[in-house]
Amino acid sequence: MSAELALLGPILAAMLAAATPLLFAALGELVVEKSGVLNLGVEGMMLVGAVCGFAVAVQTGSSTAGFVAGAAAGAGMAALFGVLTLLLLANQVATGLALTLFGVGLSALIGQGFVGIPIADVPELYIPGLTDLPVIGKALFGQDALVYLALAAVPAVHWFLYATRKGLILRAVGENHAAAHALGYKVIRIRFLAVLFGGAMSGMAGAYLSLDYTPMWAEGISAGRGWIALALVVFATWKPGRVLLGAWLFGGVTIAQLHVQGLGIDIPSQLLSMLPYLATVIVLVVISRDVARIRLNAPASLGKVFHPDA
Amino acid sequence: MSSPPHRLELRGITKRFPGCLANDQVDLVLRPGEIHALLGENGAGKSTLVKIIYGVLHADAGQIRWNGHDTHIPDPAGARRLGIGMVFQHFSLFDTLTVAENISLGLDQPGPMDALSARIAEVSERYGLSLDPRRHVHNLSVGERQRVEIVRCLLQDPKLLIMDEPTSVLTPQEATRLFETLRRLAAEGCTILYISHKLEEIRALCDTATVLRGGRVVGSCDPRKETARSLAEMMIGTELSTPERLPQGEAGAAKLQVRHLSTTSDNPFATNLKDVSFEVRAGEILGIAGVAGNGQAELMAALSGEALVPDPASVAIEGRPAGHLGPRERRLLGLAFVPEERLGRGAVPELSLSENALLSGYAREPLVRSGLVHFGRARSYAERIIGAFNVVTHGHRAEARSLSGGNLQKFIIGREILQKPRLLVVGQPTWGVDAGAAAAIHRALIDLARSGAAVLVISQDLDELFVLSDRIAVLFHGHLSESRPTHHTSVEEIGLLMGGLFNHPPDEDEVDRAV
Repeated sequence: MSAELALLGPILAAMLAAATPLLFAALGELVVEKSGVLNLGVEGMMLVGAVCGFAVAVQTGSSTAGFVAGAAAGAGMAALFGVLTLLLLANQVATGLALTLFGVGLSALIGQGFVGIPIADVPELYIPGLTDLPVIGKALFGQDALVYLALAAVPAVHWFLYATRKGLILRAVGENHAAAHALGYKVIRIRFLAVLFGGAMSGMAGAYLSLDYTPMWAEGISAGRGWIALALVVFATWKPGRVLLGAWLFGGVTIAQLHVQGLGIDIPSQLLSMLPYLATVIVLVVISRDVARIRLNAPASLGKVFHPDA
Repeated sequence: MSSPPHRLELRGITKRFPGCLANDQVDLVLRPGEIHALLGENGAGKSTLVKIIYGVLHADAGQIRWNGHDTHIPDPAGARRLGIGMVFQHFSLFDTLTVAENISLGLDQPGPMDALSARIAEVSERYGLSLDPRRHVHNLSVGERQRVEIVRCLLQDPKLLIMDEPTSVLTPQEATRLFETLRRLAAEGCTILYISHKLEEIRALCDTATVLRGGRVVGSCDPRKETARSLAEMMIGTELSTPERLPQGEAGAAKLQVRHLSTTSDNPFATNLKDVSFEVRAGEILGIAGVAGNGQAELMAALSGEALVPDPASVAIEGRPAGHLGPRERRLLGLAFVPEERLGRGAVPELSLSENALLSGYAREPLVRSGLVHFGRARSYAERIIGAFNVVTHGHRAEARSLSGGNLQKFIIGREILQKPRLLVVGQPTWGVDAGAAAAIHRALIDLARSGAAVLVISQDLDELFVLSDRIAVLFHGHLSESRPTHHTSVEEIGLLMGGLFNHPPDEDEVDRAV
């Protein structure tokens, strides 16, 4: 009994950590999509954020500077996307896919000199007494700041979207850009800001992977998490709370399958490795089959090009 | 000469779009407290002009003076700051947001949501435009959506109120109440710029009218001294041919029979039909009146096959039970169907006219051969529709959304009529359509009925139903009244039925709620 409980604590803690990059990326993309823009470049922005954050942290020795640099790099990639799709009216799907391909290549190029370099660990929270609690202590009170930041972002994004006027305007723009324009809202400016926020959040997600979760730089370090984040947003029917559930599910299965691999059970490891992706998608598909909910929450202008004069 | 300055004065407004001159040297003067009609067919440049006044578009040339001062209206927020409010023809509403959120988006200082909801309730009560601030707009009927737009404007305490076709979806009594509201606003000094295709309404309401044709001002008049006919002729520039009511021939066999049709819906805001029975016979036009949201959408869906009904026998086409059949099977039985929403339901906006012709025409016109589209025939079918119904377009390749409302509606109705249906069901055939196109559509529907088809028209426009129908019934809270022969009833009587005053009241509480 106590042996299993002793195992549960680290599993919970690891699950929260594994969910963190997904939370960042998916919450960012959720805001972008709520404004009516579909940016499929999350994976690319994560990779560039990861390598830039890592490089800056190695040069400066400060992981905080690394996180800021990661967010800035993600926002820079997003700005490129915004210029192409919002100002030059390029197709959002094609541009997003190109952004991911570009990010994969660019991050590999920048990261050449950084492969295999060790980096100092990000300090974790320690509250005497609380962190030492059995089972939940380490999970709840022994994480590093980014994990808490990601968790705080869930209610923050929800509050912004559903309780503030700016959030209402953002949803209105994503719902019907022509009507929003007719009422005098600056559709392109609002969408550009949303895209920048999404990029910064993806960059943070990447920097969390390379500075904290792994922590090291390797090519393709995001391993498809950007795509899972995109799927999470849709299957969570654009609800921040459901994004959190999806991210925990993904994190939980990721950690559980690692432990199963460690126990030496005779299942091919490739099957186990794909389990988190598969389980997340299946569960979210099943719980998001409510048509009315999708209709209420899906931004109706998603992915549509907006001409101010049309 | 110490008369107060003009509220708004436009001088030489010109706006050019690629390929068309929408406004050409337009002059317009609006005085404080007047109700000024802006008349013109679709495409005459009315919408462009009011969008310029509201700051959505900017004129290429010309001057705008507001209360005697030269001004520039950079954007709608600027227009609202001056005191200009507008009710749009194509509603500028957000489906997934609530009524209160929608209204809040149109205000510059909306204040906290609770206080706003209270103000909405108060204003909508005062002007008889009942609205629940918490409901989502996608659950509202067309008529209720318009109320949201009107209330949004009234909350801004406007000095100039632009109303684009505000009464198309109101009962005569509700329209009368709106006119009282508008007259009261005008008496308080607010100027009203009123766009409508209902010429009788303009004669009753407006002090002045300016007529646009082809982007130019072609005249102005006092509408109270004109007839509806003379106004219409000024708009279209030629004589108007109104459809004549031929005496009805012998009504033939029942083509559509609806027996004790009741529906249940998962949508908590839908109006369920309650024991609706009627029939439409060959050679006649049955009109169904009613204010939007009383079950029209549900009835249309149950007839078209978009919603299946539990008892197959409750909807019979040509005597065959059809309640369990989908739209395609019903079309094969002889039903043709024109939905209320032109873009998105009646036609696919992004597809060309010939592709749209194919969509419903493929079943009865030989447009498909062994599973492959016969594009030549689809094209010639589209061209036949364009020719027969005088659709103004640059050809069968034009995207459906590029057509004006009236022309697209002529195309959709033509597409159904040329298939020679034995039964045609039409929703709101002339909603937002100009007088010339409306007359053509009415003529086509009457001709179809006289050629022996059964026609069912569901409309909120009573004038239209009185022109078209042989019999009229009223839908209220999902109940259908007995039908009356059109020449044995009056607008007033039908108006009372639309308010729920049936001879055999279904439930007292519903009548209470309606009044």
